[in-house]
Amino acid sequence: MTGARFVTILIPVMVGLAALLVWEAAVRLGDVPKFVLPAPSVIGAALLENFSSLMSALWITLRITLLAFALAVIGGVALAILFSQSRLVELALFPYAIILQVTPVVAIAPLILIWVGFDNVNLALLILAWIVAFFPILSNTTLGLRSVDHNLMDLFTLYGASRWQRLWSLQLPAALPYILGGMKISGGLALIGAVVAEFVAGSGSGTGLAWRIIEAGNRLQVPTMFAALFLLSLLGIAIFFALTLLEHLALRRWHESAVNRDF
Amino acid sequence: MTDLSPELSSGLDTPLLTLSGVAKNYGGARPAVTDVNLTVARGSFVSLVGPSGCGKSTLLRLIAGLLTPSDGGVHWDGGVRPDDLGFVFQDATLLPWASAFENVYLPLKLKGVAADDARDRVMAALGRVGLGDVPHRLPRELSGGMRMRVSIARALVTEPPVLLMDEPFAALDEFTREKLDDDLLSLWEELGWTVIFVTHSVYESVYLSERILVMGSHTGSGRIDEDLLVDAPYPRGLPFRQSPAYFDHCKAVSAALRDGEV
Repeated sequence: MTGARFVTILIPVMVGLAALLVWEAAVRLGDVPKFVLPAPSVIGAALLENFSSLMSALWITLRITLLAFALAVIGGVALAILFSQSRLVELALFPYAIILQVTPVVAIAPLILIWVGFDNVNLALLILAWIVAFFPILSNTTLGLRSVDHNLMDLFTLYGASRWQRLWSLQLPAALPYILGGMKISGGLALIGAVVAEFVAGSGSGTGLAWRIIEAGNRLQVPTMFAALFLLSLLGIAIFFALTLLEHLALRRWHESAVNRDF
Repeated sequence: MTDLSPELSSGLDTPLLTLSGVAKNYGGARPAVTDVNLTVARGSFVSLVGPSGCGKSTLLRLIAGLLTPSDGGVHWDGGVRPDDLGFVFQDATLLPWASAFENVYLPLKLKGVAADDARDRVMAALGRVGLGDVPHRLPRELSGGMRMRVSIARALVTEPPVLLMDEPFAALDEFTREKLDDDLLSLWEELGWTVIFVTHSVYESVYLSERILVMGSHTGSGRIDEDLLVDAPYPRGLPFRQSPAYFDHCKAVSAALRDGEV
């Protein structure tokens, strides 16, 4: 690890630790009640105390997020490919994809819940998280498939490439940076979608992290709320870093955005 | 593949390519190309010279079948099919994620040749342009001149009887350009292609060609205004570049280009 890279990790960690120390000291010295702002040590204790129930809630939220994200990637890329093959299909469907995107998920949630039924809350959560995560993939992939160098398109025409060869050997690899960019946006959105949907569905049958936050809030167990919130942030960060790593691995050899210029 | 060695081809007078009344209108006020009548003999090296925007690239794309003429027809003879053509663009136009080998293999891959069967041909093509030792490098790991060589290797891997080149060396520095001009001429003499070469450089066109078609001397005409022959023998090299005959030809082409200026 180079010195510069070490510093880029060290500095934010130091800032974080300092903030925790200031927080702890402020709460202790100011005698702030723990139902207003619990000290980090109290939050840590709450996390340990509720570890197994919080972990099972985390697992449920994670499962819905990842499944919604995977379906968004598959659906978004597939629909974008369909758009790239037929201008007519794109003209016919793209406005509806936009409608799906601009309508707030909170407003759609009650309807989806009624349709799938309250005994199928997890399916409703999945659908809602998917709706939020789907559009960035569709939009970015559509743009990527359209942004192929025209000379390369002509070259494929000259050599009599089939539609499938053109798609597989030219358009998809060229769109890869766009698809990965869309995935980075949509990974975070899938988590937001899953949490928001759980809040709206909050009937008690949901058992993910969002429900744990509502439940703890109702009981004024603020340290547990913070512990659940901490796990949610951790999950979001983990998703972001996993996708950044994927992007780096896929593009590091050839794409301008990922090529290391330190030589 | 048809045998197209220069010895055999020089005796054939039948044109390989005939353009009759070809025009292309993009829908603007005046057509990009209008009323082009042209025949190109098998095995010849023909340059299309003219200022930017005169329609020479459009004409080359019409010849390649990448554009459909608004009027007139493009006719190939001697068993040439449209997908027999090699095309070299102004930029190297390589797949940035693919190695030099994979880029040269591409035309064969698209024609369904398996990688193992194509290996020798691809390596031979890379060898011909002097890149036999870097097949695994990606385009970004190659210099501009090397990228253009990969592009030429890709055009010649299918052993096309005809090579169409659209200002291929315009973006390169003078030294690299002269070197590639010489390499191109050696390949042409060795392989007996028919080459149609678009350039805006008078010097380059004279050095390379047997025949120079001057376009757009009448600004925006979209026609071939002059058809000049360069009767210097091949192989050409530095002595030709420095000879009075070379400069006389350059003057003649420049004069033809200036003719229509107001």
